Amino acid sequence: MQVQVLYFGVLKDVLRRNCEQIDLGADASVDDLLSRIRTLQPVSGLPWNSLAIAVNKFYVQRDHLLADGDEVALLPPVSGGCEASECAA
Amino acid sequence: MKIEFYQSQIPSDEILAGIKGGPDGALVLFDGIVRDNTRGRQTLYLVYEAYEAMALEQMRSLANQVLTKFAVRDVVLVHRLGRLEIGETSVLIAVASAHRGAAFEACRWLIDTLKKTVPIWKKEHFVDGAVWADGEPFPEAIVPTALPVQLG
Repeated sequence: MQVQVLYFGVLKDVLRRNCEQIDLGADASVDDLLSRIRTLQPVSGLPWNSLAIAVNKFYVQRDHLLADGDEVALLPPVSGGCEASECAA
Repeated sequence: MKIEFYQSQIPSDEILAGIKGGPDGALVLFDGIVRDNTRGRQTLYLVYEAYEAMALEQMRSLANQVLTKFAVRDVVLVHRLGRLEIGETSVLIAVASAHRGAAFEACRWLIDTLKKTVPIWKKEHFVDGAVWADGEPFPEAIVPTALPVQLG
C-alpha cells in the first residue's frame, strides 16, 4: 500500500520536503511507517517520540494500522498562540 | 461562532463589534501579539504555519466544547498565518457570555488548549538566526509519555 506523508515545522526543514508518498507492506502501523522514514532519511536530532501523528486529520496512537491512501501527518509539538513560557504560566 | 485563519491582519475591531449580543453581560478578549524578543533575544518577525484543514477542525471542536462546558453564548477563535511583524495580533479569542466568570474561564481554557493541541507552528526570526519555537509537549492522550525520549 501507499500513504501520503505530510511534514511540518522543524521536520519540513530538516527533511527538506513538505510531503511524499511512501510504500509500505500490508498491515503496516504508524510505528512501521516511522521506522521506514528513519531508514530512508537517516538524519539526526529529530525528537521522533515527541511527535504527534494524525491520520486523515485525526490524532492516532503509534500502533494504529494504516490503510492504502491514508494521509499521515507528522506533527512536532505545536506552538500557536503567543510565546509558550509566558502563556503557559 | 467564528473560526478562521487570516493570511493578512486580523480585523479585530470588526470581529469584536460583530460578536456582542443582547443577552451578553460580558465580553472577554484574548489578543495574542508578537513580542520584540524571546528571553532577551531580539526578534525581527515571526512566521506561522498550520496544518490548516486539521487545525480548523480542531479549533471548531474546541469552540463547540466551550459552548457545552461553560455558560457562554458565543465564541470567536481566529489565528493569523504567514509573516507577522512585532506588535501584530497572532491569535484573537473572544467569548461572549451573560456573566464574566464563565467568559474568563472559557477564554483561558481556549488559549491554553489551543497552544497544546492545535497543529500550528511558529518560526522565530531573530537578528542572529531563525528557529522553530519549542512547543509544549502534547497532552498524554495524544502522545503518551511512556514513549521513551529518543533523539535519532
